[in-house]
Amino acid sequence: MTTDISVAAASSAANSSEVRTPWTEFWRKFRKQRLAVAAAVFVGFLVGVAVLAPWLAPFDAENFFDYDALNSPPSSAHWFGVDSLGRDIFSRVLMGARISLAAGVLSVAIGALIGTSLGLMAGYYEGWWDRITMRISDVLFAFPGILLAIGVVAILGNGMINVIAAVSVFSIPAFARLVRGNTLSLKHLTYIEAVRSIGASDWTILVRHILPGTISSIVVYFSMRIGTSIITAASLSFLGLGAQPPTPEWGAMLNAARTDMVNAPHIALFPSLAIFFTVLAFNLLGDGLRDALDPKIDQK
Amino acid sequence: MLSYTLKRLLGLIPTLLIVAVLVFMFVHMLPGDPARLAAGPEADAATVELVRQDLGLDKPLHVQFVTFFANALRGEFGRSIRTKRPVSQEIAERFMPTLWLTLASMGWSVVFGMGIGIVSAVWRNRWPDRLGMTLAVSGISFPAFALGMLLMQIFSVQLGWLPSMGADSWKHYILPSITLGAAVAAVMARFTRSSFVEIMQEDFVRTARAKGVGEPTVVLKHCLRNAMIPVVTMMGLQFGFLLGGSIVVEVVFNWPGMGRLLIDAVDMRDYPIIQTEVLLFSLEFILINLVVDVLYAVINPTIRFK
Repeated sequence: MTTDISVAAASSAANSSEVRTPWTEFWRKFRKQRLAVAAAVFVGFLVGVAVLAPWLAPFDAENFFDYDALNSPPSSAHWFGVDSLGRDIFSRVLMGARISLAAGVLSVAIGALIGTSLGLMAGYYEGWWDRITMRISDVLFAFPGILLAIGVVAILGNGMINVIAAVSVFSIPAFARLVRGNTLSLKHLTYIEAVRSIGASDWTILVRHILPGTISSIVVYFSMRIGTSIITAASLSFLGLGAQPPTPEWGAMLNAARTDMVNAPHIALFPSLAIFFTVLAFNLLGDGLRDALDPKIDQK
Repeated sequence: MLSYTLKRLLGLIPTLLIVAVLVFMFVHMLPGDPARLAAGPEADAATVELVRQDLGLDKPLHVQFVTFFANALRGEFGRSIRTKRPVSQEIAERFMPTLWLTLASMGWSVVFGMGIGIVSAVWRNRWPDRLGMTLAVSGISFPAFALGMLLMQIFSVQLGWLPSMGADSWKHYILPSITLGAAVAAVMARFTRSSFVEIMQEDFVRTARAKGVGEPTVVLKHCLRNAMIPVVTMMGLQFGFLLGGSIVVEVVFNWPGMGRLLIDAVDMRDYPIIQTEVLLFSLEFILINLVVDVLYAVINPTIRFK
């Protein structure tokens, strides 16, 4: 649906040399990358699954137990098989999409919001505020992401909400640096000087004139970061620090499957594939967005 | 060169101080009373008071920090709550297996990652490039714990070729280091490729070709050295990723290293261990970055004279 519209828009722009807005330019470059378009469609599908999961799942993901089919492999009744407690793996993987997508998107969104604000102010005002922000960013960078997350979880306690908090903390410095760099180069441009000369306030300049200039790099980084965040959140659950057992979180499901690897490897297979394809889709989408939005890359 | 290294070393001091303050504050950010945590749940109020005095927790914060810092410099980090043994001893036993695992992973992922990246850049947009980049994007999308379980299932359970647990012989290193290094190899491949593609469009490469230098020499001598500069920086960043990733991989393969010790410590709220490990991991990462910066200056002389 969306791709059809974009194809039409882009080709008409090319034919009659109509007005080329940034949007038509973006679509013209983006639709050329079939893999990225496919990834975007898959991400849309995943979001649909996540939203509709309770109605799509054939069984209750946490409270349905089929004691006659413990550890049984995939069948027509249970498409992905049954786990060691008798729960339907297909239903659990569907429900897990909710948790993983929410964790990935929310944590990056929080990190992007805080990081962007800090970066805008650091780049625009410079001085001591800039030095402090960047020094703290350096230190946060000095902690490997998952270690930082483990530290945060050790303080706040286990649970998915705390994992989201922990993962957003380590997205903040990356966004802050990215936006600061963009702001530094944008604020000396003539159009900003023009805006200032007609008496615009700092707030207007930052939000209406500098932020839009950095938005494309934020979008690219945002989509790339989601994959990493989903993996980190799933890793924490795998380590037993995130979502706790009955919750159908993919990482936690894999951890539970470890004891049955020898006689029922399918229990681990489907959550693994779910994580892999979800993260792959976000990474391919991120690559596509980067190629379409980055003016440095010439399309060949 | 020496003065550059010294300058970089001095530049580390503020970062180290902030890390030390954060790690020190860690205990005070934990929910509950650290003295009660150390004394154990069944201790009465008088015992908790004794432990508080013993650990110096009754003194003002800045005095505690100075004590903490002085002790840390001497390698004294208190005792593990769980085993009652000195933290330094607990960690010393676990340090080498993790270091070796990290180095082994780094070694092969640099070789394979750069190899794939160079091949992809040289045969850009043709099948070796497509294959290499498909492998690479899959590598960054496959979580380490899932990859580890898959490899263990195939090579240990089904085929029985390699051991699945422990760290006794070189064979034990194969599966964990592949698991840990896969994502890094993937990142290195993507990064090397883009760095190489950029370099291969430079004028000096055209000049080299024009004067009749053979293609292998152009790629391996003229391009490689220049493409190495961003790649070496990336290597440093990836080391941090390896240190973090080793935590997950050690749990999967039951590796007797610092990562598993950390997870056990978080489970048991063994905060002296957590505190020391966070400090050590950060120190390691900071030191590696220093080494990378120095390497960077060796490769690129213009950095040294800025």
